[in-house]
Amino acid sequence: MSEATPTENMQAETIVPSIVPPVNVPAEDRTSRTADNLEAKGQSGLEARGVHAWFDKHHALADVSLHFPQNTVTGLIGPSGCGKSTFLRTLNRMHEFIPKSAMAGEVLFNGEDIYGSDVNATEIRTRIGMVFQKPNPFPAMNISENVLAGLKLAKVKSANKDDLLEQCLTRAGLWKEVKDRLKAQGSSLSGGQQQRLCIARALALNPEVLLLDEPCSALDPGSTLRVEETIVQLSQSMTIVIVTHNMQQAARVSDYCAFFLSDGGPGRLVEADLTTNMFSNPSDQRTADYVQGRFG
Amino acid sequence: MSDTEVSPRALKVSRGTSDKVFRGFVLAGASFSVAVLGLICAFLLFRGFEIFKDFGFSFFTSSRWEAAADDGSSPAHYGVAAMLVGSIVVATIAVVLAVPFAMSVALYLEYYAPQKLKRLLVSLLDLVASIPSVIWGIWGYTILMPHAMGWSKTLNSWLGWIPLFKVPVPIFERSPFIAGTLLAMMILPIITAVTREVYSQAPRDQIDAAYGLGSTKWGAIKTVVLPFGKSGLVGGTMLGLGRALGETIAVYLVLNLVFKVNFHILASVGGNVASMIASRFGEAGPYELKALMAAGLVLFLLTLTVNFMASAIVNRSKKAA
Amino acid sequence: MTVFTTPTSELVIPDPRTPWRNPRKALVSNATTAGFSVVIAILLYTLTGLDGLLGWYASFILGLLVVVAVQSVLQKSKHFTDRIASIMVTVGFASVLIPWISLITTVIQRGRHAIYVGFFTHDMLVNSMDEPLNMGGISHAIVGTLIIVGISTLIAAPLGIIAAIYIVEINGKAARTVRFLTQAMSGVPSIVAGLFIYSTVVITITHKNNALAGALALSVLMLPTVARTSEEVLKVVPRDIRDSSYALGATQLRTTFKVVLPTVRSGLITATILGIARVAGETAPLLLTSQYFVKMNTSIFTSPMASLPTYVFGALRTGTELSLARAWGGSFVLISIVVLLSVTARLLSGRSTGRK
Repeated sequence: MSEATPTENMQAETIVPSIVPPVNVPAEDRTSRTADNLEAKGQSGLEARGVHAWFDKHHALADVSLHFPQNTVTGLIGPSGCGKSTFLRTLNRMHEFIPKSAMAGEVLFNGEDIYGSDVNATEIRTRIGMVFQKPNPFPAMNISENVLAGLKLAKVKSANKDDLLEQCLTRAGLWKEVKDRLKAQGSSLSGGQQQRLCIARALALNPEVLLLDEPCSALDPGSTLRVEETIVQLSQSMTIVIVTHNMQQAARVSDYCAFFLSDGGPGRLVEADLTTNMFSNPSDQRTADYVQGRFG
Repeated sequence: MSDTEVSPRALKVSRGTSDKVFRGFVLAGASFSVAVLGLICAFLLFRGFEIFKDFGFSFFTSSRWEAAADDGSSPAHYGVAAMLVGSIVVATIAVVLAVPFAMSVALYLEYYAPQKLKRLLVSLLDLVASIPSVIWGIWGYTILMPHAMGWSKTLNSWLGWIPLFKVPVPIFERSPFIAGTLLAMMILPIITAVTREVYSQAPRDQIDAAYGLGSTKWGAIKTVVLPFGKSGLVGGTMLGLGRALGETIAVYLVLNLVFKVNFHILASVGGNVASMIASRFGEAGPYELKALMAAGLVLFLLTLTVNFMASAIVNRSKKAA
Repeated sequence: MTVFTTPTSELVIPDPRTPWRNPRKALVSNATTAGFSVVIAILLYTLTGLDGLLGWYASFILGLLVVVAVQSVLQKSKHFTDRIASIMVTVGFASVLIPWISLITTVIQRGRHAIYVGFFTHDMLVNSMDEPLNMGGISHAIVGTLIIVGISTLIAAPLGIIAAIYIVEINGKAARTVRFLTQAMSGVPSIVAGLFIYSTVVITITHKNNALAGALALSVLMLPTVARTSEEVLKVVPRDIRDSSYALGATQLRTTFKVVLPTVRSGLITATILGIARVAGETAPLLLTSQYFVKMNTSIFTSPMASLPTYVFGALRTGTELSLARAWGGSFVLISIVVLLSVTARLLSGRSTGRK
């Protein structure tokens, strides 16, 4: 696996010149992800079928069907208020924490509806991890306690906590920076480091899917780059769904993109495709307008 | 320093006469209000000074409270030790009993109660907070006491070997335990109000983070809400302690006033400074009145200290939020 | 090449679901838990010394905890602590309700015996506390409370609002100090307020116990409540409103009186009512200042004056069955007044800010 930075792997098929091309996934991998292959993988990964979401009477999201193939990065893009964050929260049952919320449709995780009546929602959340917009390490805990917080909260046993700690921080690309001060407070880290700490915290439960809700919106460009590298690294071994406002970011990190839009009513999925196609040859005019920065 | 350095220019607001008068007037009004605190201290000291002079430190260490005999055979003697200890014992019992319940109520209202019920319950809490202490007292005397005496007996028969729960004579009426229980109910609304406010400000994103890690509701509360609300709880508790130390009428009605230092909380022996003042005031002669003023000053300073600490803690926790 | 389902243009909206709330499943599981708990509760109740309604309550809770513990072990659930915590929090809350309900129902049940029409029109001049309940009344105490609380409101409400104006509008150098001290003032024990007024007003000036002294003592207690609530009310006024007034060239005096205060009028009334509710039931300071008087009187300088709290206290101290009934009757009237005031304040503030 190469330590490639986004710019090194520039590809010819990229059309939109102002955008740094999506990369880091070896070319053969990318080509193998054709529609046919994905049909075969239908049972695995995460799939939303006809998902709707409501906040009280407000219909926020309508009829979204999306498949997230295993070990890919899918970017959810669209202007604010288009329901993409709401959609993300329906994928690991975080939506229900908002009072008076409701939903419809199914979210299949390895073929099973996570909204089924026998499903334990807390267990689902350990397998579908989440990282939030603002870095939010637990202030009452130090760095290592933060990383391992999930074990305690979800009551998961771990044979060797020290190894797990190192492994998670390494995967989150933070180990080298914090290995000498694991007992320091999480809040002593910079914003970008805190966000990678939150990623490490989510990784400790070894989730199969990681949901990221605009993880870089509160970070400076340098930290953003580090987090993006981390995401690309992680996508080798897990499915990632990332909500982003930033077109370039979607182009840099994602394999697939899904464009959401609200015309004043509920947010809807306009188009979803390989990221390269979305940016070079979108089938919907609204997508083309959005990715080229004409609105939003 | 270079000559070209730019230094900030202070902006000065010039105000018209009417505003100057207005601001002066408001400042005077506000100062007058808070000056009352100083006046209370000054006047009580002025009236009670003779007592501090006559008895010195023994006013704090002695438990005797006796007026001079009419025939002059024994001089007057006044000491508040028993009442001070009594105040602290009763208030401590109240706080120890009230805090866990206040936490439950605060957590229930913020995180467990159905949304519709919550508003109703918060109004109910406000209503209970405004029940006058004389009514708590009459209820405590007629309804609570018979029950609490039963609990006292049970406590005594199981835990009587601990000095705290020992009773010299098996009379369980009007004990510090009963007074403390009643006070716990009275101070619960104030502790709950402060705690609930701080709990409600616990950062939503961190609670989400806990849930996102597969936490249960209690896990999220333990990891995020309780550490966040710690100082609010301490501040609220101190406020409750202040109230409990200064409560008069309810304690007067359910506590047997005896001038004796007593740590057996189930025994029918106790008192606190406030209720002692109320009960002695009616028949006090001029000299005893001075002693009561001195006792009032001690109580005032004690509660003021507790309240200062409480406000400082509550303000700090609000700022952190 | 499209790898995803493309959305169809016509949208069929299904019914909203809340799969996380499963009333039927919850009902079945809760009913099972409750059923087993009742069984254990009956065992506990009969086998131990637990007694009465409270005994049932305690045995049910113990039973519930046992059942949940057993269930968690059987189901190998990781959520044992969570379930126990939910139960403890709910039980803690429910237990707190017990004395509240008891107090309110007792006051109503026992208080109504003492209440008849004459209760509101007679005083106690020719009757003693121990006489039958169809004689004598509390008119003197009601009038007394109205007078004493009325005067204290006239003193404390303006001062409290001025303190709030100083803290929020003027925001001068001493604002933090004033705020801190008003907060501390709310902790002055009521008996100390009584002693203070006794030692200043009664001893030095009037040489008599009278209603004015009582009113002054109450205003010491009322002021911090008014100041604090008013402060919160004033803080809600957006800065822009003041700025736009200043931008029109208005002075601070005019801005405060013509712009800020009118917008929060009902909030300030709420603050005042809350202050009244805070002191209307105060007993201790009145015992030292206005004391108790059997007769209806309106002189605030020359003689003691009855009030509802001191009436209740006096009846209670008489200690006979009939006087106790009178105490409950007085409590009923007193608590009704206080509750009415609180509710009015809440309703007003709810309307003024649009929030709860």
